[in-house]
Amino acid sequence: MTTVIIIVLGVVMIAAAILAIHQKSLLSAIIAAGAISLLASILYIILAAPDVAMTEAAIGSGLTTIVFLFALNKIRKQDKDG
Amino acid sequence: MVKKIFVLVILVFFAVMLLPLAKDLTPFQELSPVAKKYVEDGPDELGGANLVTSVIVTYRGLDTLGEVAVLFIAAAGVGFFLRKDGKSNESKKRSSSQILQSGTTFLFPLILVFGVYIFLHGHLTPGGGFQGGVVIASGIVLLLLSRVATKINTTILHLVESLSGAAYITIGVLGLVLAAGFLDNRFLDLGEFGTLLSAGAIPLIYSFIGLKVGAELVGIIDNMQKDQQ
Repeated sequence: MTTVIIIVLGVVMIAAAILAIHQKSLLSAIIAAGAISLLASILYIILAAPDVAMTEAAIGSGLTTIVFLFALNKIRKQDKDG
Repeated sequence: MVKKIFVLVILVFFAVMLLPLAKDLTPFQELSPVAKKYVEDGPDELGGANLVTSVIVTYRGLDTLGEVAVLFIAAAGVGFFLRKDGKSNESKKRSSSQILQSGTTFLFPLILVFGVYIFLHGHLTPGGGFQGGVVIASGIVLLLLSRVATKINTTILHLVESLSGAAYITIGVLGLVLAAGFLDNRFLDLGEFGTLLSAGAIPLIYSFIGLKVGAELVGIIDNMQKDQQ
């Protein structure tokens, strides 16, 4: 059962990674990249590493996504101005 | 076309390099000698119920100091490249929705308390200074998103960051003077195993790391957010 969950999570993560690369909209790509981290943190909990899971969920899917969104906003603004 | 062939060649090269590794991989049946010593002696020696924290803060304390330094340099770099020349145009601020504002009023204190809980209980439960600091920073991000007019007091932020960084080093040196080595936690009483006031200086060190990481990340977010306006 655990193996099945891990395989499903891995497949969804790879799908999200491909989506993040090939997505035309940068916003969707950022969200997909955040989703990878969220799924990875579930994987870490299954693999009995709660410390790593917390770090991954908080930094990978939380803070990094927000920093990327701020950066995206900044790029858009510069495109509009220049 | 040439580019695609080039990429393909590199991929094949990596496959050839890495496949033997994956094929011969056997799961570890027993711990390496160092890890074994940590697992067997760690709880008795340092008094921390969470072995991961014991390893991160004391056995590998110097590495953690390096990580904190790396994070500091990253925050300083962001602050350097995003600095503003003092002019602020605050006319284009959009206020956030009612749902976000009400939700933040309810959630912000809970998130802060949870962050503090994570780093105070780092020696008992999973998590610690880094995780707690990030949770606090994400709470502040929520505040900044919902109340657009909020100004972060950077003086207090820098004060908290510098003081907790200095306190971290001071505790490390205290361990060198009063106990066996740099960042040794045993100069304080080890206390009863599994209680909040146990494991010597580990909760103290992790609290300072938590405050420092939280202040640094809030500084990064604040710099990026200021730049939006």
